Amino acid sequence: MTELVIIGGGPAGMSAALAAYENGIRDILILERDERLGGILQQCIHNGFGLHRFGEELTGPEYAWRYEERVRELGIPVKLNTMVLDISVDKVITATNPTDGIFQIQAKAVILAMGCRERSRGALNIAGTRPAGVYSAGTAQKLVNMKGFMPGKKVVILGSGDIGLIMARRMSLEGAEVKAVCELMPYSGGLARNIEQCLNDFNIPLLLSHTVVKIHGKKRVEGVTIAKVDEKGKLIKETMQFIECDTLLLSVGLIPENELTKSAGIDINQITNGADVTQSRETSVPGVFACGNVLHVHDLVDYVSEEAEIAGKNAALYIKGELKNDVDIPIETDGKIRYSVPQRITQKKDTKVFFRVANVYENAEIKVYSGNEVIFKTRKPKVAPGEMQCITLKEDQLKNAKKLKIGLEVL
Amino acid sequence: MAIRELTCIICPKGCALKVEIDENGKVLGVAGNTCKRGAEYAENECTNPMRTVTSTMRCSDGSVIPVKTVTPIPKADIYECMNLINKGVVTLPVHIGDIVIADVFGSNIVVTENRK
Repeated sequence: MTELVIIGGGPAGMSAALAAYENGIRDILILERDERLGGILQQCIHNGFGLHRFGEELTGPEYAWRYEERVRELGIPVKLNTMVLDISVDKVITATNPTDGIFQIQAKAVILAMGCRERSRGALNIAGTRPAGVYSAGTAQKLVNMKGFMPGKKVVILGSGDIGLIMARRMSLEGAEVKAVCELMPYSGGLARNIEQCLNDFNIPLLLSHTVVKIHGKKRVEGVTIAKVDEKGKLIKETMQFIECDTLLLSVGLIPENELTKSAGIDINQITNGADVTQSRETSVPGVFACGNVLHVHDLVDYVSEEAEIAGKNAALYIKGELKNDVDIPIETDGKIRYSVPQRITQKKDTKVFFRVANVYENAEIKVYSGNEVIFKTRKPKVAPGEMQCITLKEDQLKNAKKLKIGLEVL
Repeated sequence: MAIRELTCIICPKGCALKVEIDENGKVLGVAGNTCKRGAEYAENECTNPMRTVTSTMRCSDGSVIPVKTVTPIPKADIYECMNLINKGVVTLPVHIGDIVIADVFGSNIVVTENRK
């Protein structure tokens, strides 16, 4: 029996482990499939991490080290090169690594911190051949930043999420010609600062409402055909144009990696593709918690760390038998708000609710309803799907709540 | 007098800034910022834009290690800075913050990862 098993040694897993330790738990084990801790931060060598947490601008590896150093100081056990194969409903974890072979651990509590993976070409239905030179942006990032290989010289990027933007700059710095970033939507999914410092600084055009319709080349990518799409996302044929390139990077979304979550019989939210959780980040299986990008995809690692601390602290309370749920208030969203985390409130106390909107809205009023009564409202000059929003519901606002709904109105 | 529109890159908020500039390029006023650092950024961006450069350097064992300019350097010097980074070799072991190239456009190149 191990009191707390944490699956994943990235920013979420490490932060959760430290929070559990600070809340009195000593019997902790982190299982990490990579050969070292840090997760995706290892390959995110750009700066911009940690402004909220540390008040300074760190690179990914520096941010990760702040946590890894502490994990080492406290002597929290970590098994590296360890792949978790299964979690059962009664919290038996089956894992494998080169030294222990296949082994099982009975955990009292589990924290899921497996992160997310990139959507691949297969999810997009792009016509054409299957040449070399098509990479997900994150794969290219790993090749350039960790292996020291350049995947190509003339690059088109599909998708304007932050990883795509960051890679546009990175490839340019290393001497590649980034010809364009195409974005299907009429707005970018990335942060405004990244459009400025990753595209504008390098004169890379951002083609909104554009997509790649065909990949050319037999052995190697020789070019792509791009086209504009109308408001309904339908291709405008007259706008088709060929761009010569040897590399296509895809930055078309991230999917929480929840195969293990599903095998444990945990309820998955259809919109986030992560578990449904309470404000304690406890899933539908008592004693199993989730945090970080496995729960929902975050914009900033600072928010991942914050969420992981919530999960770590509450896992500690669960282990000590002190996690008490006294109510069950589900939170719905109205469609303009795509989802919220948590999806339910089980304790009447001040609760931070994170959510994402479905579209770009200007002059938006966010309202939280309990039945017909508005218990909270706030105005935002501009909200966009790429920027996670957060509101705090106070204990007294939750006083009479049975069921909550978050809605958005454009004023 | 002219108005220049900028996106602040200091933090993830990305405030839309409006900078009032006179005919000599002098900054008269900044609007749209939500913090002091935004005003400072706007002024620098219109007079002497600066950027932090992050990249990787070859190590003595053939691997690559992440590096950065410890403070921002003039934007115009980014590619020259990259040349220096790409020519250099890092002798291992190193610890986060160790200077691997000193005096680069008013800054230093430091490693951002530990390596034995």
